[in-house]
Amino acid sequence: MLEFQTEEGTLRVLLKGEIDHHSAGQLREQIDCKLDELLPRLLVLDFGGVTFMDSSGIGLVMGRVRQTAAYGGKVEIAVPAGHIRKVMQLSGIDKIARMQAPAAHPAEQKG
Amino acid sequence: MKTINEMKCTFPSLSVNEAYARTAVTAFAAQLDLTIEEIADIRTAVSEAVTNAIVHGYRGTTGIIELCVKLLEGNEVYIRIKDSGCGIPDVAQAMEPLYTTAAAEERAGLGFAVMESFMDKLSVKSRVGRGTTVVMRKRLGVTVPV
Repeated sequence: MLEFQTEEGTLRVLLKGEIDHHSAGQLREQIDCKLDELLPRLLVLDFGGVTFMDSSGIGLVMGRVRQTAAYGGKVEIAVPAGHIRKVMQLSGIDKIARMQAPAAHPAEQKG
Repeated sequence: MKTINEMKCTFPSLSVNEAYARTAVTAFAAQLDLTIEEIADIRTAVSEAVTNAIVHGYRGTTGIIELCVKLLEGNEVYIRIKDSGCGIPDVAQAMEPLYTTAAAEERAGLGFAVMESFMDKLSVKSRVGRGTTVVMRKRLGVTVPV
């Protein structure tokens, strides 16, 4: 599950729910389709609404770094503290995609 | 070590069962007093092992994955994930971080690194043409009330 936000050369992808091998394939297709269309200078993958992630999430980031680098774009990741950040840090992915604080997630704003 | 409780289940190597497997393990282990972090660690490690069985063990085919969870005396959880797939020719190489044979599918090559880091013990036994068995153990922080 995901949601897109665009502004001035930035594509922000709000990822939601569980990211595993099963769900990653579909996320990848949807994001790449949007990338092809917009070719944003900056792609922000926001994990603020993700409730579970295994190393499939790392593959998803690595793949998008490759996709955007092909046309000169960059990737940043917004990662909340806790389990998701633990998996990210284990992988060292923050060395190729800068880590920023996640934006307040729509789902969290409701309460 | 004495087994206090045990569960076994089998399921076909369909990727939709990755979520089922990690949920089944944590539902069973919930009778121990797990912290949120311990639950997340176990869920992630199980997800990695089951994904390996699906992506590598039964690459391009469908086979049966056997999951066994034991709660051991001393507040330890034992998890075994077994496939009868193609096996791993060189286990040491497969366990190296970032080593992957499925780069096209964007596998990061971190499955074993995650299992090793999030669990206390990891053992991988494999025979080419026979399959792979992954055993993981984790000692939990809180003592179980007897």
